[in-house]
Amino acid sequence: MTTVATTHAAASAEPTRRDFLYIATSAAGAVGLAGAIWPFISQMGPDAATIAAGAPVDFDLSPVAEGQIVKLFWRGKLIFVRHRTKDEIKSAQETDVTTLRDPQTDAARVKEGKDQWLVVYGNCTHLGCVPLGNEGAFHGWQCPCHGSVFDTSGRIRQGPAPTNLPVPPYAFTSDTAIRIG
Amino acid sequence: MSGPSTYVPKSAFGKWFESRLPIVGLIHSSFVVFPNPRNLNYLWTFGGILAFMLVAQIVTGVVLAMHYTPHATMAFASIESIMRDVNYGWMIRYLHANGASMFFIAVYVHMFRGFYYGSYKAPREILWILGVIIFLLMMATAFMGYVLPWGQMSFWGATVITNLFSAIPVVGETIVTYLWGGYSVDNPTLNRFFSLHYLLPFMIAGVVVLHIWALHVPGSNNPAGIEKKTEKDTLPFHPYFTVKDALALVCFLMVYVWFAFYIPNFLGHADNYIEANAAVTPAHIVPEWYFLPFYAILRAIPDKLLGVLAMFGSIAIMLFLPWLDTSRVRSGRYRPVFQVFFALFAITCVLLGWLGAKPPEGGYVLASRICTAYYFAYFIIVLPLLGLFETPKALPASIAESVLGKSGSAHAMPQGAAHEPNTKA
Repeated sequence: MTTVATTHAAASAEPTRRDFLYIATSAAGAVGLAGAIWPFISQMGPDAATIAAGAPVDFDLSPVAEGQIVKLFWRGKLIFVRHRTKDEIKSAQETDVTTLRDPQTDAARVKEGKDQWLVVYGNCTHLGCVPLGNEGAFHGWQCPCHGSVFDTSGRIRQGPAPTNLPVPPYAFTSDTAIRIG
Repeated sequence: MSGPSTYVPKSAFGKWFESRLPIVGLIHSSFVVFPNPRNLNYLWTFGGILAFMLVAQIVTGVVLAMHYTPHATMAFASIESIMRDVNYGWMIRYLHANGASMFFIAVYVHMFRGFYYGSYKAPREILWILGVIIFLLMMATAFMGYVLPWGQMSFWGATVITNLFSAIPVVGETIVTYLWGGYSVDNPTLNRFFSLHYLLPFMIAGVVVLHIWALHVPGSNNPAGIEKKTEKDTLPFHPYFTVKDALALVCFLMVYVWFAFYIPNFLGHADNYIEANAAVTPAHIVPEWYFLPFYAILRAIPDKLLGVLAMFGSIAIMLFLPWLDTSRVRSGRYRPVFQVFFALFAITCVLLGWLGAKPPEGGYVLASRICTAYYFAYFIIVLPLLGLFETPKALPASIAESVLGKSGSAHAMPQGAAHEPNTKA
């Protein structure tokens, strides 16, 4: 562009028609390229069917015995539903929150008055493996891949995972049923 | 590509064709009369071996794609049908799976050859960087290929590796969702990995062409690490190096087919013969052997983001190697102190590979940390400082002198050995 301009500047100080065509064509080309890239990036994302499959799911808690951990899927993601024992609730509640890597009280991770039910995503927040239940120093979960240890509230206690197991959006539809999503 | 082009077509058709597309002359000047340093040892045959392995992987892979179904509910069964029903399907699949391992064995030998003889130094920096790019493409291709059988190791390997990107602050989770095409590794992920697994080898082939082009500008480095000066320092590519490469290739292929026919699953994992299950992670999940050193670096660091950065950094740092090594002497043969640090580096890489397969606890973690520290120290402390403090040994005056002795004369060789290089004695 500069060379074109300077070459012609010698002949005349006015921009030429070629300069105009060069700038106009480049501008139109750049806009067109940006527009063309968009659909090729967008197609990588979750498609309509995948999003539609994210509709809320109902889950009946009544068959889940005390001490049991049940696995279910929502939006293709694994979810743990844990019926906690009295000891497990007690140890989760008595933990000193200030010592945690991702400080959160147990009360913030369960629904009020439903202390026995813990609902969390079932993939380790490190690199996505499924932690094994009732394992590790805190009897919550332990990940077999890289050794992250979670307590009975699903909070990270040891190992490389940066955050607690997240709590999915859910609500109690009755005393013994939840709706996830 | 350089080299004296002495090609003169013999036939009338040859002349007619050459004046329109001079491709035979290009091949002649690049792979027939091309002058190679006469002192190349067998470590220099791995470039040819790698070219062969790329073609072998593409041929077996294209055939496998004719029988494979890239769908989450059918992929595992289609692999089993290749193994049981397709004529010779078992053989072609084992050749492809073990071929990937052989490809990596060859590339690691090729890389350590470069590390030791200083092949990355000027004027071969671009050649070296193209090689690192090929290595990255190879890793991506191998990773996505391993996902296609949709076994337990495929699924959880894909989960762990794609989750590496979730370590990126702010946009990490979005990037991972776009890699998956959903909220977890599933059918869209498998589909796109199949598409890319088919594409990337051809991109590798493209970069290989650039790699050979960049190689043929200065020509090969050599064990003495000095440039060729006169014709006496060189021998024509054919027949001297075609036969050397061919002999090495045949020996290499014997090892390759021995793996494929006698211990085809030795380098694999039994868990991958269990179909993918998103609810259960295998108790002991490890990547394929050729990723283990990098996996050990990832696990050595107790922070997610720093671990991921260290792992990618361990490869990215190779891009800067030509400028990190400050020594003016190219070949390790004339650098006595370098030899000690290089040997330590080689041992460290092997140790990291071993540690990557061990559970991440106790002494293994400590050992991984020490090895990771030395791995990076070699690049950013040892190599820059060594060039300043080390006193190298005296270099030979020429390549010919380094192989023929001080006289530098062809008479030191058996009669006829290099008398008329292009004719048989």
